[in-house]
Amino acid sequence: MKEAARSVARLDGVKKSFGAVRALDGVDFAVHSGECIGLVGHNGAGKSTLMNILAGTGTPDTGQITIDDAVQTAWTIQRARALGVRCVFQELSLCPNLSVAENTRVSHGALNGWGGARRAANLIRASLDEIFPGHGISPQDIVGDLAIGQRQMVEVARAFTVTDDPLHLVILDEPTSSLDAETARQLLAHVRRAVSAGISCILISHILGEILETSDRVIVMRDGKVVADAASAGLTRDSLVAAMGGARLHDKTSRTAAQATEAQPIVVSVQAGAAHGATGLQARRGEIIGLAGLAGHGQTRMLMELFEAAGTKGKTVEVAGAVALVAGDRQTDGIFPLWSIAKNISVRSLNTLRRGLFIASDQEAALASVWRDRIGIRTDNLDNNILSLSGGNQQKALFARALASDAQIILMDDPMRGVDIGTKLDVYDLIRTEAQNGRTFLWYTTETDELDNCDRVYVFRNGRIVAALDHSELTEEKIIHSSFAEAIS
Amino acid sequence: MQLFRNLLATPWIWSFIGALVVWLAAITFTGGHGAGGMITAALSLAVFTVIVGLGQMFVITLGPGNVDLSLPANIGLASAVAMKTMNGDDNMIVAGLVAALACGAVIGLVNYALIRVLRIPPIIATLSSSFIILSTDIHYGRGLQIKPPQGFADFANVQILGFPILALFGVALAMVAWVALQRMVYGRSVLAIGQNLRAAKLAGIPVERVRLLTYTLSGALGGINGALLAGYFRGASVDIGNEYLLSSIAVVVIGGTSVAGGKANVPGIWGASLFLVLLLTMLNTFGVSAGLRLLLTGLIIVGVITAAGGHKTGR
Amino acid sequence: MNAATITQTPSRKSRNMGRLLRTILPALSMALILIAIAWLNPRAISYFGFNLMLNLAIPIALATVAQLFVITINELDLSIGTFVGFVGCVTATWLHDAPVMGVLVLLASIAVYAGLGALIHLRNLPSIVVTLGMSFVWQGLAILLLPKPGGAAPDWLKGFMGFQTPFVPFPILAAIAIGLVVHFGLMRSAYGTVLRGAGGNPQAIGRAGWSLLKTKVVMFALTGTFGVISGMALIGITTSADANIGNGYTLLSIAGVILGGGEFVGGRISPIGAVIGALTLALAASPLLTFMHIPPDWQVAANGVILITVLAARALISRKGA
Repeated sequence: MKEAARSVARLDGVKKSFGAVRALDGVDFAVHSGECIGLVGHNGAGKSTLMNILAGTGTPDTGQITIDDAVQTAWTIQRARALGVRCVFQELSLCPNLSVAENTRVSHGALNGWGGARRAANLIRASLDEIFPGHGISPQDIVGDLAIGQRQMVEVARAFTVTDDPLHLVILDEPTSSLDAETARQLLAHVRRAVSAGISCILISHILGEILETSDRVIVMRDGKVVADAASAGLTRDSLVAAMGGARLHDKTSRTAAQATEAQPIVVSVQAGAAHGATGLQARRGEIIGLAGLAGHGQTRMLMELFEAAGTKGKTVEVAGAVALVAGDRQTDGIFPLWSIAKNISVRSLNTLRRGLFIASDQEAALASVWRDRIGIRTDNLDNNILSLSGGNQQKALFARALASDAQIILMDDPMRGVDIGTKLDVYDLIRTEAQNGRTFLWYTTETDELDNCDRVYVFRNGRIVAALDHSELTEEKIIHSSFAEAIS
Repeated sequence: MQLFRNLLATPWIWSFIGALVVWLAAITFTGGHGAGGMITAALSLAVFTVIVGLGQMFVITLGPGNVDLSLPANIGLASAVAMKTMNGDDNMIVAGLVAALACGAVIGLVNYALIRVLRIPPIIATLSSSFIILSTDIHYGRGLQIKPPQGFADFANVQILGFPILALFGVALAMVAWVALQRMVYGRSVLAIGQNLRAAKLAGIPVERVRLLTYTLSGALGGINGALLAGYFRGASVDIGNEYLLSSIAVVVIGGTSVAGGKANVPGIWGASLFLVLLLTMLNTFGVSAGLRLLLTGLIIVGVITAAGGHKTGR
Repeated sequence: MNAATITQTPSRKSRNMGRLLRTILPALSMALILIAIAWLNPRAISYFGFNLMLNLAIPIALATVAQLFVITINELDLSIGTFVGFVGCVTATWLHDAPVMGVLVLLASIAVYAGLGALIHLRNLPSIVVTLGMSFVWQGLAILLLPKPGGAAPDWLKGFMGFQTPFVPFPILAAIAIGLVVHFGLMRSAYGTVLRGAGGNPQAIGRAGWSLLKTKVVMFALTGTFGVISGMALIGITTSADANIGNGYTLLSIAGVILGGGEFVGGRISPIGAVIGALTLALAASPLLTFMHIPPDWQVAANGVILITVLAARALISRKGA
């Protein structure tokens, strides 16, 4: 429909393999000026690889890159920046030891000489103010001290700063994954503003709602190929999911009615008080408890507190029994990168696998293979390195690690961040089955949809619990209202 | 053939090949004279590096920043403690060995306490404690001629069919370490912590207990090494352990253990220790001067590590 | 504490407080040492006393700064001590006898450092081991050059290091100058920010279009350069050389960087702190201690005790700030 529009960037016949794995299998792709493209697909479909190539951080095996009608022969990241192509990568690209201003300075060669530091500070402050009003971030803050959501805000704001390099195309790879709903809304609104000002955007997200609302055109990738390319006006969530393939539609009513868990013993209890808020928290055997609220408002800290308190009976926090945790940030909190899939699964169960002084290797292998089948990890050999799996399957291995353990209480620290919808649906089913078998889940999530799986939801604000909502009274409005309640008053 | 190819793929084989090459070069030069004696001597000397190298290996495997710089001072003090306890009396040999072991273990415990309680990086903690240990040693062992009991000195130099008894002890120790690393929960825990400390903690591994054990183990091995060195060289001294600062780290890395942590290699410790000792032997037989010997040793260490290539770090 | 006052971001306030405390801690610890010295021996706090106590502070400070550069990018130089010794031997022989040759050798040694940086980056080698090997190389070269202690410092160098400045002793002025130069270069300049960023998140720096190879080469070359200056300064003071003269500097320089508030990984360093840390260690090791009722047996321990005390204080501050 926009054939007349000038194409800012185009990729023709791009192929890329990592070893035996073909990540991109001949992709044609064009971005026109002043449009926002939504790019969707399951993990491992090739989205991030494609964007790395476009941003100059990866080189294609074959294929052609054209920017502003000029074919690029030596396409590097320096060249990309000089021609106005920027990328906000999925893994954050800020230096934690530098301040917000210094991180901005590092990304702009022009901010050198005397006063460069001050100009960088002004630049990033203006950009943050424009995109995220009320952000509460100072340019002098050291990035390592910021919460992950704030870091993502800085990263996005930095991508939209302009010095003497031009800005034509911004690639946003999962930009909202660590943002709460309100900040994500601010970001998407800014994307629309930027697009109407003539800048092109590529938005990658697993949250199909924001793709449909924000983009003009949606491109669906599957197995390293573009399988659909259409104006978003005619698309729905269901049609997108169908195009992505491989996953069942999420049936909202499939959730089993809340079971009679009232009779079950309380296994986790946090008393109300100054430290934890006026509501307190209780979880019975077999319950799935959601922790909600804006990102970084104390949910993870609560999980860590429960993790530390496992098996103890403290003054305010009581956790009866062993605890296992499913990390959300795979790279820093979960994966052992030098180990096989099997060892990554069994590490939480070493004590039960012990025979005399030694680890029983046959039992270890059996444990891993049972859980591969139950949770559906896609691999033919559990002795392969864990990094041979796609992100979603790595996450499944972390679920297997926790569920294979002897722990009856499972803590989940936003584990579905950036996971494809197929993996999600598999895991939701498993969590419900395990809960029916008597396990208790405490589930922090930034995706409001997921709270629908919970029997009860506690909303956090400023490190305290401000509301408890039963499944029956759970609505997005109520959660948002509780999340902001005190801020508004 | 397949076995051969697998063997070549193991990272530790290169240190043994290196040792072999250096030995061949040395005996070629001597025209085959003293080939066996050279090996016996190399085994006797290499075992001391192996003992501390094993302790250092576990420490380094705990991850970036973990290293025990207090080993030389530890060895010096333990050698003095052992000799004083033995006091030239053959009946006190076991007591002396136990005392040296305990002395080393306490040093390891103190190192861990500094790291844990004061949150000091291990390099600095073990460095600071080594300053203090060194002073203690100077004060404690001053002005005394500390010689081992005759029985202990004889024992430390005993050979069985040309194999030094201490070398057999070193091989047995390495086997225990290998099993501990591969098959025991302790070893698995060390490897996990080395790859990702946070993930290890969240996977329920008692991180602090494992670290405590590891530093204590390294200290204890340093202590026993001090006693054995004093027996072998017939006397304790303050600087008896000096060369083990660099060599304990060098054998760990040349042997194929990753300094980024999480990947350890026990046989490589033996290969690298033999390599370093035989290298010195070779240069000695060539009759090169002290300066040239150091220069060549250094160049060969750099050359070996460059040829072996970088270990892909796990991040 | 004023944490009770409810503000928008109470955590930021206490965080900044903790950071401020941590920043002044190196200076504080040096002040404490000075007070202890003044109490034990008031005469030491004088123009002459400082000249004597800080006699070797300048080479130590320079070696510490050299170490600081590599620590910034998450590497460690275990050869800086023997390198300083090697430079000392070159200074006392070739630089004295054949200045052109001497200068060429010293420049070449800096090039070797730069090459090591490239090698470590390109082959992804652990710097600990490479520099460990290099420590043998430098020491071997030093012994080949000067098998027995001797040689002589060039007169101009002796004159420079023995310069008597009015009012404030020369070592103090020199330390301030070194600290400021490195501070502006590393903490204030645009490329200095990039270099520190390369220690914090190399991938991010690469993605911003900077060459990581270049950062390693520049930092190692800087380490070599400051190592050369340190060795020359040392010989200017001692007037003759010895192949083992710098051996203690490896551990001292690492201790100085850490004492000054630096951390081993993540590019968190403080040049001014490092210089202060080096001065503190120099004071603690100064010959004056002998006259201060500290038995010679325990002099080495003094360094250890200072390190532990300061780091314990730092840990205490961090825990409160957290």
